[in-house]
Amino acid sequence: MVGILSLVTFLPLVGVAAILALKAFATDEARAAGAARWIALAVTLATFALSIVLVASFNGANPGFQFVEDAPWFAGLHYRMGVDGISVLFVLLTAFLMPICILASWTSIEKRVLEYMIAFLVLETLVIGVFCALDLILFYLFFEGQLIPMFLIIGIWGGQRRVYAAFKFFLYTLLGSVLMLAAILFMISVAGTSSIPELMRFKFDAGAQTWMWLAFFASFAVKMPMWPVHTWLPDAHVEAPTAGSVILAGILLKMGGYGFLRFSLPMFPQASVLFTPLVFTLSVIAIVYTSLVAFRQTDIKKLIAYSSVAHMGFVTMGIFSGNVIGEQGAIFQMLSHGVISGALFLCVGVVYDRMHTREIAFYGGLANRMPWYAATFMLFAMGNVGLPGTSGFVGEILTMTGAYRASTWTAIIAATGVIFSAVYMLTVYRRVVFGEITNSALATVTDLNNREVLIFAPLIVGTLVLGFAPGLVFEVTSAATQSLVAAYHAATVR
Amino acid sequence: MGLIRDAMLALPELILTGAALILLIWGAFARKTGPVFILAAMLALAAAAFAAATGQGGRAFGGALIADDGAGFAKVAIYGASAVAILLCDRWFTQKGTARFELTVLIILAALGMGIMVSAGDLISLYVGVELHSLALYILAAFQRDDAKSSEAGLKYFVLGALSSGLLLYGASLVYGFAGSTNFLAIAAATRGSAHVGVIFGLVFLICGIGFKVSAAPFHMWTPDVYEGAPTPIVGFFAGAPKLAAMALFARLLTEAFGGLTDEWRQVVLIVALLSVFVGAFAGLAQSNLKRLWAYSSIANIGYALVGLAAGGPAGVQSMLIFMVLYTIDVTGFFACLAALKREGRAMESFDDFAGLMSERPGLALAITVFALSQLGMPPFSGFFGKFYVFKAALAAGPFTTWAAIAALVGSVVAAFYYLRLIKVMWFDPAPGVTDAPAGGATAIAYAAALFAIPVVWIALTWLDPLSLSAAIAFVR
Repeated sequence: MVGILSLVTFLPLVGVAAILALKAFATDEARAAGAARWIALAVTLATFALSIVLVASFNGANPGFQFVEDAPWFAGLHYRMGVDGISVLFVLLTAFLMPICILASWTSIEKRVLEYMIAFLVLETLVIGVFCALDLILFYLFFEGQLIPMFLIIGIWGGQRRVYAAFKFFLYTLLGSVLMLAAILFMISVAGTSSIPELMRFKFDAGAQTWMWLAFFASFAVKMPMWPVHTWLPDAHVEAPTAGSVILAGILLKMGGYGFLRFSLPMFPQASVLFTPLVFTLSVIAIVYTSLVAFRQTDIKKLIAYSSVAHMGFVTMGIFSGNVIGEQGAIFQMLSHGVISGALFLCVGVVYDRMHTREIAFYGGLANRMPWYAATFMLFAMGNVGLPGTSGFVGEILTMTGAYRASTWTAIIAATGVIFSAVYMLTVYRRVVFGEITNSALATVTDLNNREVLIFAPLIVGTLVLGFAPGLVFEVTSAATQSLVAAYHAATVR
Repeated sequence: MGLIRDAMLALPELILTGAALILLIWGAFARKTGPVFILAAMLALAAAAFAAATGQGGRAFGGALIADDGAGFAKVAIYGASAVAILLCDRWFTQKGTARFELTVLIILAALGMGIMVSAGDLISLYVGVELHSLALYILAAFQRDDAKSSEAGLKYFVLGALSSGLLLYGASLVYGFAGSTNFLAIAAATRGSAHVGVIFGLVFLICGIGFKVSAAPFHMWTPDVYEGAPTPIVGFFAGAPKLAAMALFARLLTEAFGGLTDEWRQVVLIVALLSVFVGAFAGLAQSNLKRLWAYSSIANIGYALVGLAAGGPAGVQSMLIFMVLYTIDVTGFFACLAALKREGRAMESFDDFAGLMSERPGLALAITVFALSQLGMPPFSGFFGKFYVFKAALAAGPFTTWAAIAALVGSVVAAFYYLRLIKVMWFDPAPGVTDAPAGGATAIAYAAALFAIPVVWIALTWLDPLSLSAAIAFVR
């Protein structure tokens, strides 16, 4: 199975090459656009199939890196890929959401379809690369590189204020990442290697750890995003096209959490302990404050964006709880949020495609005309609230349990966030779906079509499977998280 | 025997001198010069590059001229860039109908001067090289004689260049006066340990003089005006190779002749480097003309290269060399794009001209995007690897250079704004009109450079890395 990671990572680029050839030689634009959609769908589905093979042949009992590929590059760097229990499921999540994104953009993207598909396929390669890279610089190449396609996706196919949102997204993230780059280079010069597995064993001295932790934090906190550097996210979400929001919320935000798990905890354990109160404080503020902010939104997409920030607060809280339950919960919460928030953005996309507005006040009584839609939206709204039986419940309960062991007050305050999320989510659901149709523009609105059913079906299955059988995830993640936590405690308890 | 040995060491210079003279006579007597003429010029450059790459090492003419791995590496890059420039300029001026054979000869003379610069082992040969290439460049900047802006560019370049030569000479005379010799090795011997304040004074003047040549802030004032006025393909030439040559010369001068005074020059170079990064980043924000913008972009990029140089040692010099080579390829490609594009017969220079280029000329717009992102230092483009080397060397060299490197990284976030603005204009905005069919030769060069920036660089670095390291070791020794 050696080579499968490179194959999964770079397979989407085959699609890029095919679409580029199409662009160079096709004469009929409309037919080329149609072909590009099918190529993109086929390639992303193939990648998904490969990633299933990857997860199926993954040995959950092994806490180390598997499917490792290693080839020397230049200046002591290596092309080094590998996955462990923490990263492998994110590869699956990415490959799972990508075909859905392509389907979601099938008709809503009308202009420059070829470029759009290229941007998404490049993005897929870069995101999967982030989760597979085992060399610091290689990781940075993938991590930073995805700014470019995302910048274009927001800027070209976005809404009214797309240029502002694209610039804000890019510059915020770039500033965070250059500080991380400085820390990366420092680590390489101190440890003399850029290999992530070796650096995880390397013991940096406590003073240096503090600085490097802060530099990495600058990057990952912006990416997550954590309060108070979350302000780019609502703008980016609101202006991005539906599929762009799905990718942003579903996958790109997870790179921040993944970064904490892969770098901050194992490489800078003492600094992590030092800064745990800071992270807990910021997480709790994110959970409570952004939930309240979400409640006051008039734009559905913005509401879901703020709710994402709140849910990411649970993730950071779980990660820095420093125990197995917390870490497992954080990983689970990220996977679950990837499915649920992606689905919620798609729910918004469904009505936006029909009515071209996201104002909550515009809607009302959709259940009368769109029963299937109402049911679907209900499921994901409940998932977002954390109803038992959906995946959202498992993540929240585990992260809170983990945090309770580390800091009781943090868990108690965070628990109020669960109530707030019910408040805003149920309110928006009631205002959009229930009641009588008062807006005459909605009188002829149609229910989900076949393509949309096809989009939602896997997401519904995903939410319920994760909700009823969370053990499937823990089978893969437990060995890796246990060894992570064991090393963390060994490094911090003296 | 001595003379023959010395001549063999100076073989690249002799080849180019001979070629320039022959081409001059050929051009003067032939009524028309066609592709054969251009081919002959490029062959001469290729032969010189071959001689530089394969020739023996040693010091010729009493140490005035050095042939080693460092000079060889720099010369191959310089001659290569010059050959591309000859091709680009010839196509561009032929299309305009103002082609003259002197252009080719001048570029070869400039290449000769740059070769002498990187081989210089003595303040006299240093000055000869600097002047030879500068004089050729002044004329090239003013080559469009009928265009007022081009003439203005040439004149400005000349006046400020002459000023910098004055500073250079003054510094050289001070160093000679207090160190007792113009030879680098003798200066190094005289300044080992401690140096008279007069030597340090002279050193600062030398740094200022070369600072002008590489357009580092605060000696950058000529750059935007000259870039704006000079013919586009010529700008592509003198934004790349001459700066590489001057930086290599800088490395040899500082590390070989003044290696004992590292702590003294390091602070000056660092200040100049950071000033350049921030002047380039902030002043670039206000530009609406792309050629002017790229002048500021080059000022900022020279700042990064100077950070690498300030780090010193083989790693620092290597980072500077790699950075400059990658930068030269990017900047050549970018100006090739500008040279290829026209809107209704008019050169495209302002941001507005580039609106909607992605829907009209996707290939060239993509190439410009690649160059913009690469100069910004975004991974996975070539510019990132240049910065990677520079900052790696800076971090290894100590706390001063580390903080300078971090400040420079933050400066690059500011500069990101204008590169993104260019991408935004090309990708997001609607096109105002129709662009003319792009010029073939320039387009090919642009595509080749873009392909180098991504993905060829990933493989190229595996052999650029050891080559530049042995070059750097030669410079530092």
